Amino acid sequence: MKAITKRFQYFFLSTKGLALVAIALVSVVTAIWGTLSGPLAEMGINDITVRVLGMDLVPAEREGRLIMLYHSIAMTVVAILVYYITDVVQMKKHERATINATVTVGYMFALIFGMLFAYFGHNWIYHGLFIAGQTLMYFGGVLLAAALWPWKKEYYIQDPKSEYAHTKGGMDLERAAFFAMAITTLGSALLGAIAGASFGNGFVTFLAEDTVRDPNKAVLARGVIGHLHIMVALTGVAITLIVGKWYDFKGIMHKIAMPSMIFGSIILALGCALMIPAQYYAHLIIYVGSTFVLVAGLLLVIYGWGRLIRDRIAEQGIEKASFGQKFKALFHDPVKWGATWQMVYMNFCVTFVGLFMAAKLDDLIRRLPLREERITLTGHWHVLAAIIATIMLLYFVDLMGLKGKARKWFGWLVIISSDLAFGAATVFALKRLFVSESDQQPLVDTLDLLTEIGLGLLLIVIGVYMGYRLIDLFKKNGRWAKDLSEADL
Amino acid sequence: MKRTFFFLLFVTLLTAGCASSTVEATPPPQIDTGVDPDSWALIPAGEFLADFTNEEILVDYDYQMMVTDVTNAQYADFLNVALKDGTISIVGDEIMGYYPGDIFREYRHEEEYAAGDYPLMPLDEKGLRLDFDSTTFTAKPGYENHPMVMVTWFGANTYCEYYDGRLPSAIEWEKAARGTDGRPFPWGNEAQQTNANYYHSNDPFEDVIGRMGDTTPVGFYNGQTHLGFETEDSPSPYGLYDMAGNVYQWVGDVIPYQHYRLLLGGAKDVYAVRIRAWVINNAEPVYFSPNAGFRCAQD
Repeated sequence: MKAITKRFQYFFLSTKGLALVAIALVSVVTAIWGTLSGPLAEMGINDITVRVLGMDLVPAEREGRLIMLYHSIAMTVVAILVYYITDVVQMKKHERATINATVTVGYMFALIFGMLFAYFGHNWIYHGLFIAGQTLMYFGGVLLAAALWPWKKEYYIQDPKSEYAHTKGGMDLERAAFFAMAITTLGSALLGAIAGASFGNGFVTFLAEDTVRDPNKAVLARGVIGHLHIMVALTGVAITLIVGKWYDFKGIMHKIAMPSMIFGSIILALGCALMIPAQYYAHLIIYVGSTFVLVAGLLLVIYGWGRLIRDRIAEQGIEKASFGQKFKALFHDPVKWGATWQMVYMNFCVTFVGLFMAAKLDDLIRRLPLREERITLTGHWHVLAAIIATIMLLYFVDLMGLKGKARKWFGWLVIISSDLAFGAATVFALKRLFVSESDQQPLVDTLDLLTEIGLGLLLIVIGVYMGYRLIDLFKKNGRWAKDLSEADL
Repeated sequence: MKRTFFFLLFVTLLTAGCASSTVEATPPPQIDTGVDPDSWALIPAGEFLADFTNEEILVDYDYQMMVTDVTNAQYADFLNVALKDGTISIVGDEIMGYYPGDIFREYRHEEEYAAGDYPLMPLDEKGLRLDFDSTTFTAKPGYENHPMVMVTWFGANTYCEYYDGRLPSAIEWEKAARGTDGRPFPWGNEAQQTNANYYHSNDPFEDVIGRMGDTTPVGFYNGQTHLGFETEDSPSPYGLYDMAGNVYQWVGDVIPYQHYRLLLGGAKDVYAVRIRAWVINNAEPVYFSPNAGFRCAQD
C-alpha cells in the first residue's frame, strides 16, 4: 500500500510526475485513436480497435467526435504547459499546488469523459463531466493568471541593470508575457465556449476547414475559426516562453523579445476575435500580431544558438574556438538545440506556407477544388500542432533528466523523424501546385512512405522512452523515487 | 549494419519515387457489369432527410436520374454527334461549347462567367479516357463503360442539355443517393470495401494503379464477383449505382457570389468518410479531373 501511495505522490505531487502522467495518457489516446485513420486504418486495424473496444461510430457524428477528440487532447496539452509554467515561473507554493490540482482534475475529466461520450455511445453524464472538466481547466487558467499577475511587487526585478527585460519601475516583462498569454488564452477559450454552446445546443457540428468557401459564414462559425487559430497560436507562444526560461534567455534580445511577445499575443488574440465582426480586417491584424510573435521567437533562436555554442565551448575549456568547433558545439545537445530548431523548421512548414497561401489565395488556392484547399488547411495546422508537441517532448525529457547517449539518440531521432514527416506532409499538402492529379501517384506514394516512416519512428522513440519510465516505476528506488524526493509541491 | 539499413531505405524511397503511373500504359480488364448506362430511375416526389443533421426537405415533384454515371462511350458518342452539328468545336487543345453565363454580383472572390464559349474537356491531358483521331472520338479500350472523367462542369452541363436533360440539383442528387431514411451511404449505414470504390478500397483496379486506384466500370458494385473481387449489391434506394465513390459528380447548382460548382459523392481517391452523401467538394466550372464525372437528370 505504501508503495502505491508513494507512486501516487510522485504522479500527482511533482511536476515531473504530473507531466509524465499527462504525456502517458495523451500517448495512449494517440496510439489507440491513431488506428482509426491513416495507414493503420488502411490495413484494417481500425476495425479491430472498434470491435475490441466496443466503439460506436455513427457516420453522421464524425465531425462531432473529432471536435471532442481535439478538445480532449488539447486540454491535456494545455495542462502539461501549465505544469511547465508553474515549474519555471516564480509563484507561491500554494498557488502552484492549487493550479496544478485544478488543471489535473480538469484535463482528466475532459479527456476521459470526452472520449467516452464521443466514441462509446452518448451517455449524457459523461458529457456533463466533459464540460465540467473543461470548466475546471478554465478555472485553473484563471488561477494561473492570478498567480502570474505581473504587478506583484515581490516579483519585481530589483536590479535596474538586470539583463532580463523589465520596465523602469522593475516589472518583470517575461512574467508579463506569460500573463498576457494566459489572459488572451482565457479570452479566446471563452470565444470558443460561446460558439460551442450555441452549436452544441442545436447539435450542428462542423469542422472549420469545411466552411472555408462558405461566402456567408454564420457569426458564431467565424467565432469557431477565430478560436481554433488563436488557441494553437497561443500554445506556440506558451512553449516559446517556456523554452526561453530553459535557455535562460536574457540580454538585449530578451528586452526586445518580451515586449514583442506581449504585444504579439494581445494583437493576435484581438485579431482572431475580430473574425466575428470584421473578417477582412481580422486577417490584417493577425498578420501584425504574428509578426511581433515571430520576431520574439527569432530573437530567442538567435540568442539560444549563441548560448548553446558559448556554454559548450566553455565546458570544453576552449579559449579561442574555430568555426568548426563552434558548429559542433551547437549540435552537441540535440534535445536543447532541437527545441529551437523546431521553431525554425516550423517557419518552412507553417509560416511561409501560410503566407504564401494568403498571398496567392485568389490566384492559386481558390483555383483549386475545395478538397485541395482543405488538405492544405488541415495539413497546415496539424503540422503546427505537431511541431509544438515535439518541442514540448524535448523539454519534457530534459525536465526528466535524460542524459548521455540516450539523450542524444532521443533528440536526434525526434528531430529527424518529425522533420521528415512534417516536411513530407507539407509537400503533400501543397502538391497540387506542382503536380496534376493524373501525375501525382508516384509523388504521393513517396510522400506517404516518408510521412509514415517519420511518424512511425517518432512514435517508437516516444514509446521506448515511456516504456523505460514505466519499467522504472516498478523499481523500488528507481528514478521516480529520486524525482519525488526532489519535488517541492 | 547501419550502412545496409540506410542503403535499403534509400533504394526503397528511390524506387517508390521513380515508379511510373500505369494509368495510361495498361488497358484495364474488360468487365461487363450488366448495369445498363442508358437506363433511368424515377425518384418520386416527397420529403427526405438531408445533410448530416437530417433536416426534412420536400422535393415536391417527380424526377428521373441516370442509373449510372455517363460513361466514356456515351460521351464519345455525344462528342461525335455534337461536333458534326456544330454544337461544340475544337479550339487548340480543348473542346469548346457555348454557355449563356452566370449572374455576376462583383462579390469578393467572385469569378465572372459571362455568356460565351467555355472548355468542355481537354484533348491532350493524361487521365483522359478518350482517343481522338482528328475526326472521331472513341473510348480507350477497356474504359468504354467506366465513368467519363476529365470533363468540366460546362462539359457535363452541355451533354445533359444536348439530350434534353439537365444536371441534377444538389438536393435532387442527395435524395437520389440516400432515399428518405437518413442513411449516410446509398446502401446503408456503413461503408465496406465491397460497397464502393474509394481510397485503398482494394478493388481489382487498385492492384494495377496503386492506392489512388482507377475508376471502376459503372455498376461494378452490384453483388457479382468481378476478377475474383466479391462485391455487395450497393445501389441507392432508388436503384442508382455509384452514388458514393468512384468519381465525384458535378451537379447543376451555381454557388451564388462565388460561382463554384458542387462535386458530390466522393471519389476513388478519398477516404470512406468523404463519400458520405452530404460531404461536398466544389471547384470552378472549368476544372477537370480524373476523379470527376457526372450523370444527368430530367423532369
